[in-house]
Amino acid sequence: MINTFIGDLGHLSVILAFVAAIVSALAYFMASYKQPLGQDKLDWKLMGRGAFIVHVIAVLGIIGSLFEIIYSHRYEYHYAWSHSSNHLPTHYMISCFWEGQEGSFLLWIFWHTILGLMLIKFNRKWEAPTMAVFAFVQLFLTSMILGVVIGDLKIGSSPFILLRDFMPDAPVFKLDPNFIPKDGNGLNPLLQNYWMVIHPPTLFLGFAAALVPFAFAIAGLWKGEYTAWLKPAFPWTSFAAMIMGVGIIMGAYWAYETLNFGGYWNWDPVENAVYIPWLTLIAAVHTMVIYKRSKSALRTTYLLVIVSFLLVLYATFLTRSGILGNASVHSFTDLGLSGQLFTYMAAFFILAIGMMVWRWKKIPATQKELTTYSAELWVFIGAAVLCLGAFQVLATTSIPVYNSFMGFIGLKTNAALPADQIGHYTKFQLWVGVAIAALSGYAQIMWYRKNEKENISNALAIPLILTFLFSALFLLLGKIGWMPAVDITKEWMYVILLLTSLFAIFSNLSMMFTLMQKKIALSGGAIAHIGMAMILFGILYSAGYSKVVSENMSGLLYSREFPDEMNRDNVLLWRNQTTEMNGYKVTYKGQFMEVKGVPEYVNKQILFPLVDPYKALARADIKQNGKTYFKTGDTLEIIPENTYYEVEYKKDGETFTLWPRAQVNEEMGLLASPDIKMFANRDLYTHVSSIPQPDEEKEWSEVKEHLIGIKDTIFINDYVAVLYGLEKTTAVQGIDLNLAEGDVAVQADMKVFGENKEYHIHPVFVIKDKLMGRIPDEVEDLGIRITFNNIDPVMNKFSFGVETTQKDYIIMKAMEKPFISIMWIGVFVMTGGFIMAIVRRNKESKADSSDGNDRPKVMAKQRKKIVA
Amino acid sequence: MKKTHIIGIIIIALAIGIIMTTAGDASTYVSFSEAIELAEDGNNKKVHVVGRLKKDEQGHILGMQYDPLKDPNYFSFILSDTNKLEQRVVYFNPKPQDFERSEQVVITGNMKNDVFIADKILLKCPSKYTENEIKAGEGKPKTASL
Repeated sequence: MINTFIGDLGHLSVILAFVAAIVSALAYFMASYKQPLGQDKLDWKLMGRGAFIVHVIAVLGIIGSLFEIIYSHRYEYHYAWSHSSNHLPTHYMISCFWEGQEGSFLLWIFWHTILGLMLIKFNRKWEAPTMAVFAFVQLFLTSMILGVVIGDLKIGSSPFILLRDFMPDAPVFKLDPNFIPKDGNGLNPLLQNYWMVIHPPTLFLGFAAALVPFAFAIAGLWKGEYTAWLKPAFPWTSFAAMIMGVGIIMGAYWAYETLNFGGYWNWDPVENAVYIPWLTLIAAVHTMVIYKRSKSALRTTYLLVIVSFLLVLYATFLTRSGILGNASVHSFTDLGLSGQLFTYMAAFFILAIGMMVWRWKKIPATQKELTTYSAELWVFIGAAVLCLGAFQVLATTSIPVYNSFMGFIGLKTNAALPADQIGHYTKFQLWVGVAIAALSGYAQIMWYRKNEKENISNALAIPLILTFLFSALFLLLGKIGWMPAVDITKEWMYVILLLTSLFAIFSNLSMMFTLMQKKIALSGGAIAHIGMAMILFGILYSAGYSKVVSENMSGLLYSREFPDEMNRDNVLLWRNQTTEMNGYKVTYKGQFMEVKGVPEYVNKQILFPLVDPYKALARADIKQNGKTYFKTGDTLEIIPENTYYEVEYKKDGETFTLWPRAQVNEEMGLLASPDIKMFANRDLYTHVSSIPQPDEEKEWSEVKEHLIGIKDTIFINDYVAVLYGLEKTTAVQGIDLNLAEGDVAVQADMKVFGENKEYHIHPVFVIKDKLMGRIPDEVEDLGIRITFNNIDPVMNKFSFGVETTQKDYIIMKAMEKPFISIMWIGVFVMTGGFIMAIVRRNKESKADSSDGNDRPKVMAKQRKKIVA
Repeated sequence: MKKTHIIGIIIIALAIGIIMTTAGDASTYVSFSEAIELAEDGNNKKVHVVGRLKKDEQGHILGMQYDPLKDPNYFSFILSDTNKLEQRVVYFNPKPQDFERSEQVVITGNMKNDVFIADKILLKCPSKYTENEIKAGEGKPKTASL
């Protein structure tokens, strides 16, 4: 039976949430309208608050209903049918919740409700104007999942649409309108990864948190409180920048671990769309720091906070409107919401820019001249560099938008993204990295020193000496081959990046030690900068000196056509045949699968597939590390999507095994995921790039007949097979033959001697109901199939049919990525620094919440102490 | 002049530089005949070509060549662009596994000695949701065994 109740409940909640958001926005607006900050009209404010709480409850209702639909496998609903399936484990049901656009909007809405409640609780004074902005945003977001059609106008796409309403023309619904599919389409296998459970919520929390400083900035402009908003907004800006950064890195790590483009960052528009507001948010954090100290850069801070939020909206528009079209591999499916998304974006662009223009003149600006010896100037330049970096990525990522825009005004253009994206972005972003590293090291030291020449050069001396010492050491180690070799003449820009990132590490380290002696809480900034410099160092080596290990030394037949275009990155590995590449001895050893209840992967050869793809029979005992998990003939639960390829590496007496994975997916073809071996100084990254046609039946050679007796041998290509004996049997590979009286089944006991191993092979000859039957057996490793054809009782000889096929192989790519671990460690260090800084700023904003006009005295005192 | 003004001017200059370089680096969507013209003019700039694969009545792709036993890094196929002009394309990488099921193909690269050397292939597969995809009685099997 189709359960319409839960969908109706969900849909009703969406409508309620939408209406409550309108009421709340209006009421909060009225509460603050023409009232100075903190003197809101109480009745309106209480109404706004009440409506927002209703909105929160309604949002929880939407989430609850949608999750119930997914959790209970209600495939009458399109959302469950297209994103989930019966075999999906519970923790991935959470990911399929936000696989679709509607669910990810919901996630964003959810974080806004949480943050809104926090604002109501902790920022009473600012509640009315900021919550008016919040509720206004929620109004737009809930409209995206509204699913209401008025005439020809479709507003939003509801996640609660029934499958039969989604595809009313499907023949099956004409036959039976109450038809419910038994299983769903399932979650995209690439998303079945723990990072995909936590990456989207983190990123959307970052998006949501960017709204908080925006709301404060707008409230400040509206109420004419041009400076006071900074204090409560400051920790939120840092929080948003930190969470967004963590979210980006989680996505990058997922890509590194799951996709096979060979890295963590691909400059895909979807990645760029998040990277841009992250840079501007970080710039905003820095101008806020400048304002705290010298009361300058207020207008810039306004601009950056507002632009960051608008860029979040732009990112949403880019990835969800379908405008990227051919440009991106993984944008969302187009739900036809582009008009609505554009309205959302345009509304806030107009609102924010209008407010800025209206109030621009009134925002206080200092007339004080910054000197070259003031740290603020250098921090300001750093923020400017971040913005330029963001601008560059924005300019390129928007190329598809220019085409659409020109098309809109009637001009046909054919601009495409740069062919060499990595080269294009690196050209600029490398220098952004260099500038940021140098400035962070220099400005950090200036910041806490008295602005005098001598003092600063003293403080710079030790970090500079260490920088040159270590740079020389690393270049030297490169020369003797202990580290990737940097070619100083050709790769001088890499040398500069190495120098500046080391300088940033050492100068921030020296600052960190100095500050820690005074007060640990102050060192957050220095620690975050160290993390940033470690990330740059890691990127420099892991991306700049990534080395292909799997060079192909054979089969250069075609490539002679174009010697300079030759690519040898992929190598063909025959099963069980060791190939040498770059000092590694590599052997592909077979295909494996996951079996429920068995800790390690199980060889496919001992898994007999059943009609149900999620079940298999054990053809042999499954033993691992001395423990028997299953006996021959047991039914096993398997995960059929994933095949793991055992690849053994040997180097300098050390042996390890990697298990790169391939998934065969009906919609997406072969999806290969790498396996990564981590060493202290490098990662070894391996993925399968091609396998023999998975869909096609194997082609067997012509059958060769052999008539042999016991202990006789057969020669098959390079291998020898020996017949050891015969025995009666009642079951084949764990399947009962159901033999009646007079029936007989004989199994040959043969052994085939392969290159490294002996294989038992048991073809079976059956007489059942007076009919002859033959069940051949196969050695996949060697590409051999033997059929037990007949028994000659007079001669005591047995006839066997032998066929051969192409041996199994994989085509594989392997790369070494030096010092990638430094980058991941840097992320943790940076996040730690951020947390320390947020805690400190939060304390400050609480300790001094009366007004924002003078610098907190505590801070001034602390700084004096340090300087002394 | 204030320092902030100088900084402002430098920033604007850099931003203009970024725009100019981006315009220079941006590639274009062209047809094969335009790609051939570019190559004849000695322009090595990489371009995008959108096209379809040549298929016979049974839906088999024609003119596709990939023999991993000879060279796993050589894949060649014939693409017909939006003007129905056919062109041999060579891709020095393993054949993308979902190649057969793709409808539209976008390639990036340039012409060299009568062949188009592609260094990137973007496949557009048929939409995930087609109306008659859903069958009565069972969910679709999601896997094929390798």
